[in-house]
Amino acid sequence: MAKVSRREFIQDGVAAFTLSFAAPAFLTDIARAQGVVSRNLVVIYLAGGNDALSTLVPYTDPFYASRRPAIAVPAGTVLQIGSDSSGKPLGLHPRLTGLQTIFNQGRLAIVQRAGYQNSSRSHFQGTDIWGTGDPANPAGLGWLGRYLGSIPTTDPLAGWNTSGTTNRALMGLNVSVPSITDPRTYSFSSPNIGAEAINERNTAIRLASSAGPNRPHLAFVNTSAMDAFATLDRVASVVDYQPSAPYPNNGFGSALKTVAASMVRGIGTRVYWVQTGGFDTHSGQGNAGAGAYANLMGTVGDGILAFYNDLQNQGLLGNTLMLQFSEFGRRISENGSQGTDHGAAGVMMALGGPVRGGIYGTAANLNPTPDNPTLENAGGDVKYETDFRSVYASVLDGWLGTSSTAILGGNFREGAPAII
Amino acid sequence: MRSGDALLDHLFRRAGFGASAADLQAVAGMSYNAAVDYFVDFDKQPDDVDTRIGLPDSVAITTRGQFSPNTNIEDARQRWLFRMVHTKRPLQEKMALFWHNHFGVGYNKVAGTVGGVLGTKMMATKGGELPGPQGHYELLRQGALGKFRDLLIEVAKDPAMLVFLDGRTNTKAKPQENFGREVMELFTWGLGHYTESDVYAAARVFSGWNLRNVPGAIANDPAAYQDFIYNAAQHDTTAKTFTFQINGGSNTIPARAMASGMQDGIDLLTSLANHPDTARRLAGKLWNYFVSDLDAPDPAFVDGVTNVYIQSDTAMRPVLRYILNSRWFTNPGNFNARYSWPAEFVIRTIKEIGWAGFSVDTARVPLTNMGQTLFEPPDVSGWDLGRTWFGTGAMLARMNFAAAIASNQKFNLARSFSATERAQPDRVLNGMLQRLTPAPYTTGEMNELLTYLTTGGAWTGNDAQMNAKAPGLARLVAGSGEYQFV
Repeated sequence: MAKVSRREFIQDGVAAFTLSFAAPAFLTDIARAQGVVSRNLVVIYLAGGNDALSTLVPYTDPFYASRRPAIAVPAGTVLQIGSDSSGKPLGLHPRLTGLQTIFNQGRLAIVQRAGYQNSSRSHFQGTDIWGTGDPANPAGLGWLGRYLGSIPTTDPLAGWNTSGTTNRALMGLNVSVPSITDPRTYSFSSPNIGAEAINERNTAIRLASSAGPNRPHLAFVNTSAMDAFATLDRVASVVDYQPSAPYPNNGFGSALKTVAASMVRGIGTRVYWVQTGGFDTHSGQGNAGAGAYANLMGTVGDGILAFYNDLQNQGLLGNTLMLQFSEFGRRISENGSQGTDHGAAGVMMALGGPVRGGIYGTAANLNPTPDNPTLENAGGDVKYETDFRSVYASVLDGWLGTSSTAILGGNFREGAPAII
Repeated sequence: MRSGDALLDHLFRRAGFGASAADLQAVAGMSYNAAVDYFVDFDKQPDDVDTRIGLPDSVAITTRGQFSPNTNIEDARQRWLFRMVHTKRPLQEKMALFWHNHFGVGYNKVAGTVGGVLGTKMMATKGGELPGPQGHYELLRQGALGKFRDLLIEVAKDPAMLVFLDGRTNTKAKPQENFGREVMELFTWGLGHYTESDVYAAARVFSGWNLRNVPGAIANDPAAYQDFIYNAAQHDTTAKTFTFQINGGSNTIPARAMASGMQDGIDLLTSLANHPDTARRLAGKLWNYFVSDLDAPDPAFVDGVTNVYIQSDTAMRPVLRYILNSRWFTNPGNFNARYSWPAEFVIRTIKEIGWAGFSVDTARVPLTNMGQTLFEPPDVSGWDLGRTWFGTGAMLARMNFAAAIASNQKFNLARSFSATERAQPDRVLNGMLQRLTPAPYTTGEMNELLTYLTTGGAWTGNDAQMNAKAPGLARLVAGSGEYQFV
């Protein structure tokens, strides 16, 4: 039987497994017993281009209200979280009560005007740029894929994508992050039972392990199959997880519950990917802090708070960093459909035990004069202030304990917000 | 199943969804060029596939109350899957799927805006069966190999698109950029050929391209519909200037009277559709769909497709005839050189393993787990293709679907082997590899499959053994890496 080179798992001299049906012992349980601290990163992607000005509302800026007559969140309803370093008062969207709670505990860092020079207004190019951290070559490998490829583990569950599609951020050389949307359906079935089914599964594994080096595309598919075989039992262990806090009954809540379950069960995953969509709000965002956008904020805030509370109760909050982003912010002025079109800089957030909470960066002045340095595109869009890669650098250096310059292919530490 | 001619098998996998015995019968005795014409000139075969729904020799559908493919999205999905299995015009469905991915309209947003009944009508209602225009997918199906320019203009006026990319709310006071951007970025020539100012101008061009609401008598009335209307009062009549030429002339669409302002949009769409860079972009996507997604498009292929496209005034039928007869398509090196899409995988397993008593509805949830819900691409750019179909969970879903259909067809599979075949396990294996069409296995893999057949007891080929081994083998083959390529 051919051995699959990247299937062996060796981490800190703790455990090694080759492919087998039996669940490997829960790796971080062993690791914990030996005093190894496991740090998790949960990346939360708001797909579609989140309207940052509705998330973090500059409610005293007169141009905020005048440029958004229909959709502006009323000043009286925002959740006040103080002012930024320039003295500009800012408030969270009224449906982000969950995030306000975390902010008040000092565990939410908000990075305003995160982005990059010449921001792409394309969802697809923008997503690839945020994924690779490389505006000049957004067709390359992703920053998380490069990170996972750099750590001394070949566990196929080192990364766990809870979404059905693989974001470029997760693409790496010799790294395939499993996409496991629903652990309940992540099982192996056979037309037979008993010994015959086991025969069949043995043959399936041998077939999947047999692709030679001269068939790389077949090997890729087979690797997915092998990763499935190698992860089935561990993934199955999260199915019966009973959380300590109730999660909202939606896809985002379910995904975060699965992440918590995986952490509690000690699956050994280092990087989780969670995403929720609907942020391409060209129309019908709603007004007076209600409507479609408010529902999106409710999904995000309620889900994150449930996850945060669950982790806190389980004693895992200190091990966990959440990092939220979106591919761009939206135009400052609303369009005629009570919506907003594609814009430039956005808002990032970091949450969790290691986070130094607060508001980082300065808000834009929304006055559309040509000489306004905080805007671009003739005053149409918010110009970036903090390079998003400097936030990645903070996460890589300060949390994941690796070298951000190696992973990001450049030094982005300068100006990095001290969020960790 | 195999025809005995590897090139013809390749044509069936790429221009269709694989071959059943009846499919092979339809092209029996034809030369390769004639077989290509059979696929490309599909309008010579009747479009009567829907009349087979519910017949005992067809794949089944599952009804919940009444089968309502025009107003219930799950039934619409079943109808499309049914058509893929049984159509006499495989390339029509194959191109409809290509265009569905190209134009990327999703049901959820449409239904979220107009409700499930009207949303399904907008996505999938068959022309003439209910009041109102035909659905988006029917439009793609009708225009599958027509002129791209006509298809683009029809799609721009398509109610589902007007909801999906918000054109319905595009007015002169507040132009909506969504469609204006994506028509350039995704539907025609792609990034790099336009600027933000072009996006603004395009938004104004389509101002007033809105929807008219024709309400029904009752809530969720299947007779209710919305159709395209050029709302002259909401059209921005001033001139629009682009960074590129309009119809080969100046960069400006002139100011027009309100009544004739719809011509602005036609001018822009025509300029985009006729442009060689649009042809090049389509050529790249067609390469990936029909020739290979393992290798980058050969520049000579792109040039060739672009020439045919321009010479044929954007007609796709000559383009497809060119591609399927080309040296790139017929090169054996490109056989099995594409990662199959989930819909292709599912339909091929049904066609090759069998469908008696099997419902296409069984495939709906597995398709979602494999990453392809019909009428629900993840966004307007369509699905992520190639390797990204093969996440771990998706691969597991493919293996499990293979298990589900092999289990369902257990007895039919076992009985399909003759006494001569049953006499020896290698004959059963060879017989299975005539029915199912994976890429070639290595000797070592063939031995593994043989070992599977002979493990667990001496070979007898009796009914009990075949009832276990035939579906087990079918599941192993359909779930193997080699079967995931087309």
